[in-house]
Amino acid sequence: MPYHYLDDVATADIAFEACGQSKEEMFIAAADALMNVMVEDLATITERLWREVAVEAETFEMLLFQFLQELIYYKDAEQLLLRVARMRFKEHKGMWMVTARAYGEMLDPGKHPLNVDVKAVTMHQFSVSEDQGQWRARVVLDI
Amino acid sequence: MAVPLEIIKISETVWELPASFRKGMRVPARIYATEKLLKEMDETVFEQAANVAKLPGILKYSYCMPDGHWGYGFPIGGVAAMDAETGVISPGGIGFDINCGMRLVATNLTHDQVQPHLTDLVDRLFQQIPCGVGGKGFIKISKNEFRRVVEQGAPWCVSQGYGWQEDLERTEEGGCMAGADVSKVSEHAIERGFHQLGTLGSGNHYLEIQVAKPENIFDKDLAARFGITKPDQIVVMFHCGSRGFGHQVATDYLQIFLKVMKNKYGLDVQDRELACAPFHSPEGQDYFKAMKCAVNMAFANRQVILHRIREVFAEIFGKTPQELGMHQIYDVAHNIAKLEEHMIDGKKRKVIVHRKGSTRAFGPGMEGIPGIYRETGQPVIIGGSMETGSYLLAGVEGSKETFCSTAHGSGRTMSRRKAREMFRGRQLQDDMRARGIYVHTASYAGLAEEAGSAYKSIDDVTTATEMAGISRRVARFVPIGNVKG
Repeated sequence: MPYHYLDDVATADIAFEACGQSKEEMFIAAADALMNVMVEDLATITERLWREVAVEAETFEMLLFQFLQELIYYKDAEQLLLRVARMRFKEHKGMWMVTARAYGEMLDPGKHPLNVDVKAVTMHQFSVSEDQGQWRARVVLDI
Repeated sequence: MAVPLEIIKISETVWELPASFRKGMRVPARIYATEKLLKEMDETVFEQAANVAKLPGILKYSYCMPDGHWGYGFPIGGVAAMDAETGVISPGGIGFDINCGMRLVATNLTHDQVQPHLTDLVDRLFQQIPCGVGGKGFIKISKNEFRRVVEQGAPWCVSQGYGWQEDLERTEEGGCMAGADVSKVSEHAIERGFHQLGTLGSGNHYLEIQVAKPENIFDKDLAARFGITKPDQIVVMFHCGSRGFGHQVATDYLQIFLKVMKNKYGLDVQDRELACAPFHSPEGQDYFKAMKCAVNMAFANRQVILHRIREVFAEIFGKTPQELGMHQIYDVAHNIAKLEEHMIDGKKRKVIVHRKGSTRAFGPGMEGIPGIYRETGQPVIIGGSMETGSYLLAGVEGSKETFCSTAHGSGRTMSRRKAREMFRGRQLQDDMRARGIYVHTASYAGLAEEAGSAYKSIDDVTTATEMAGISRRVARFVPIGNVKG
């Protein structure tokens, strides 16, 4: 599984670990883990529209933070449920940037089995690490 | 057992971790709890209370209330007051859901009168008040109108016809904290928020129809002064906050503080969620002004939801809300920072009080509570799990010990994942129905996560606050109907 939830880390909220063989895979896994907290079955999210999600940050770790926050933003601002693909990373003059194609549709309680709303990505035990080509992220979400 | 060996028993309900417990603590930490509740607390609570004790300008103690459990930076149930001139403000001391709070409304209906209509009532409330993931509110406004709402708060709603003038007097801060400045709020926050006015949210947010049984009234006179006057009286209680707007404000300023605190102000905290800045710094003041916008949005949110509740009751019972006696009892915030004056060592001092999962509990005679409650002390509303019920309490003189703060809820003891493994939403709904509680939920998985067994005993928590002398029980309410997101 590219991601799994951690039982012992968060009592009132939800924590997960997302992994990948590349930065892109790990980002996609983390985005899915986030979305899966809100939507029981990700397969119910049909590709009806897309958004280009572009964020930047001073560290690669904070780049993931900003990226996941952006997905939460779309959920509230446009009521969109999004899956991500085609990520492009760039580092330039001390800034990390990522652009991704995010596909999905508007939230529909009649179609999407909705679970619980995510308020924010927290900094609690937030970490991104790489070990011999395996990327890993640990994230705690405020519910 | 997670309780540190260094803990000192001050009394049956006050436990102290001395400043020597962890390097850098400027004051001791004090946990307000019975021994039973203390032993139930996870070890992170003690570490977090100790971390908060390290914040610059903190006065007296870093407090944790009887419902304490671990949070982000501050424990949930955390209270800390910093000197307004020399101290810091920390968004972690308020939380992501700024002004998450409780509102309580009376009716003149009894259980017998409501029971035959209960299913229709709950179903209609579920239809009329959006809840769950995302969710678009029933108040359609433009971004510019929303900018006005966040600066004006609940008074904006009443001026537009959503509620009664008296609702404002019976809301903490009159439903609006002065000094809110929308120019300190990001466009992202506005965009997340302007569709969400009139939404309940999900998770532990809810709307409940409750009964005040005569055997659950602790003080008949005080209950009557608060509007609970007849046996088996029906009240409505709901729990929600500032939605995506407040969450974004909190997230934005956490990032800003992380960027400036070390390089600009030489502040170093072990936990990034405890990011802070001097209260009087530009960043500190900007956050306070933005926080007030989120506070006001939550008051406005609860105000329009109250309006909807009144409309639904009027529809179901065929009488006006006035004829149904639907007076608001009170509205309290439990994630907030306030500039208050308190006596410390015989001197009046201006302090910035952080209440994170903690309710203000002003006692009789204190400035800042409405005239109608000046003699009684302010009402305090503490919500329990959906299976057990909730409490109405009153602030007391003794709360001055904790900067006039008390508990806010039950506190979770079981993780959401574990609760989902142990309980099935539909089964839980059936079980509750058999026990006389009808729940209409937007998510069965979400319902399972909210099972009563996942929470501490609300009776233990409120009894502890009374034993500690920081608030006193007035009435216990039993749930009969519930709307959950």
